[in-house]
Amino acid sequence: MGAIITLSLLGILILYLGLYKAKNALLPVSILGLLGALAYELYYWQSDAVPMYKGMVLFDHFALAFSMLCIVLTILILLLSKEYFKSISENIAEYYTLIIFSLTGALMVCAYHNFAMLFIGLEIMSVALYILVGIRRKDKASNEASLKYFLMGAFSTGFLLFGITLLYGATGTFDLAVLKEYIIANPTEVSPLFYGGILLLLVGLCFKVGVAPFHFWTPDVYDGAPILITTFMSTVVKIASFAGFLKLFSMVLIPLNEFWTPVLLTIVIITLFVGNITALMQTSFKRMMAYSSISHAGYMLFAILSIGANSASGILTYAIAYGLSSIVAFGSLMLVKRHIGSDQFESFNGLGKTNPGLAFAITVAMLSLAGIPLTAGFIGKFMMFTTVMNDYHTVLLLLAAINAAIGIYYYFRVIVHMYFMKGEGEEPVQLSINFKLVFGLAVLLTIIIGIYPDIIVSLI
Amino acid sequence: MDSLIQNMQGIPLNHYLIFCSIIFAIGVTGVLIRRNVIIIMMSIELMLNSVNLLLAAFSAYRGDASGQVFVFFIMALAAAEVAVGLAIIIMVYRNTKSVDIESLSKLRW
Repeated sequence: MGAIITLSLLGILILYLGLYKAKNALLPVSILGLLGALAYELYYWQSDAVPMYKGMVLFDHFALAFSMLCIVLTILILLLSKEYFKSISENIAEYYTLIIFSLTGALMVCAYHNFAMLFIGLEIMSVALYILVGIRRKDKASNEASLKYFLMGAFSTGFLLFGITLLYGATGTFDLAVLKEYIIANPTEVSPLFYGGILLLLVGLCFKVGVAPFHFWTPDVYDGAPILITTFMSTVVKIASFAGFLKLFSMVLIPLNEFWTPVLLTIVIITLFVGNITALMQTSFKRMMAYSSISHAGYMLFAILSIGANSASGILTYAIAYGLSSIVAFGSLMLVKRHIGSDQFESFNGLGKTNPGLAFAITVAMLSLAGIPLTAGFIGKFMMFTTVMNDYHTVLLLLAAINAAIGIYYYFRVIVHMYFMKGEGEEPVQLSINFKLVFGLAVLLTIIIGIYPDIIVSLI
Repeated sequence: MDSLIQNMQGIPLNHYLIFCSIIFAIGVTGVLIRRNVIIIMMSIELMLNSVNLLLAAFSAYRGDASGQVFVFFIMALAAAEVAVGLAIIIMVYRNTKSVDIESLSKLRW
């Protein structure tokens, strides 16, 4: 709870710093505040995990690990933001504030123990994002993305709430522990309202994490939003939503898995194919990353599909790998776009010659996203495939393997463009010290987790 | 308050359930088929309000106040959402001079 309070206060503080024109203090203060929140999470790691504030929040290792991951990813993203915000707007305090508020919501979603907190957390996370997506007021693509995101977000909230209401009607409670007791007490005669509630909740959550057939907003929004905000959305927000998703299904709904497994299985298969095949056809790197994030959401759903002892650590590993690689990919896109002015694959041409270091970082990120051994992405995919294999979903496993192969093709296209195509200019892309730090750290962690996965796997 | 709850319980719970489901379905249909952004927003509000009504009904039937408290949360957050949403619509209107969803087709795959 300390982290959530710290972040709420930090957001207000940053807003005041912006008011008093202390522009140079914004980034250091934000980073310090985030580190403070991280320290709170670490401090809670040792204490007992009991629901706090009348069962509203629960800080177990699961919630703390995901919260820490979200905070660390936000720190990395904010480090990339330094020149970026200055180049697009005067009022940069609002960016930091809104990102921090959105992170507060994400932490609530990670730690909820009552549907009220899930709903409030999702809303705090999304409402801040609606503004961030449309923050370039004059840019029509950004406008459109913002409106689409708002409409789809509000629409999905409606489904989520109707689902929560039906569960409440069946059980008379919003508390996860009581809901779980209810299911265990009547395993055979669960009220029909409950089943309807599960389906509506599933629809609402699938909208939020952006899996097919509820994915249609994702590419447009990711494409239209400023790149930095896309990075935040596709990493922190997606990971937090997955944490909330997994918590609900693994804690409460697991005894009814015969009911929802076929539904989720269909969703996973559609998601994998839609994400990967459409990503193949893209010419824009940014849109390719948007579709690839849909397919990664499909892989992460594996852990929810066959919930076992390993699914929490599996999804955490996958999320770490995916988050780090996405930050490198989008960060390099930011640099390249500033340098060349386009986000097509061609803008990466010749990067291997002019910027060997940057090209190496992008290569590692792409390999990790494709799931090549010795990177963190491989460990993540491996754990996901193992959990599914334990449940004997052989057809799914086969389809997933085909999709992983398709994925390798479009990730390697970037590498081919960097090393084997001739670029137009000879000038190297300028990297500031912040970018070097973030890229170095992300690449290092990706490789370390790829070689010694035990440090993460044994965490939860 | 007691008489209110008794009045609410005078109507069978199934009626509330069917009524709210119909309103919710009308809201969903409105979002899917209407082209005007303001009407889409109204339809979303309709969805949220059907949820509010259903929560209040369940709460009255179970004699449990937490459902009604949840209604307040929904109202407060829906208001916040509408404030942001209207601002976004005004921003879009200033750029495109239209609130038709068809005018937003810059992003296509």
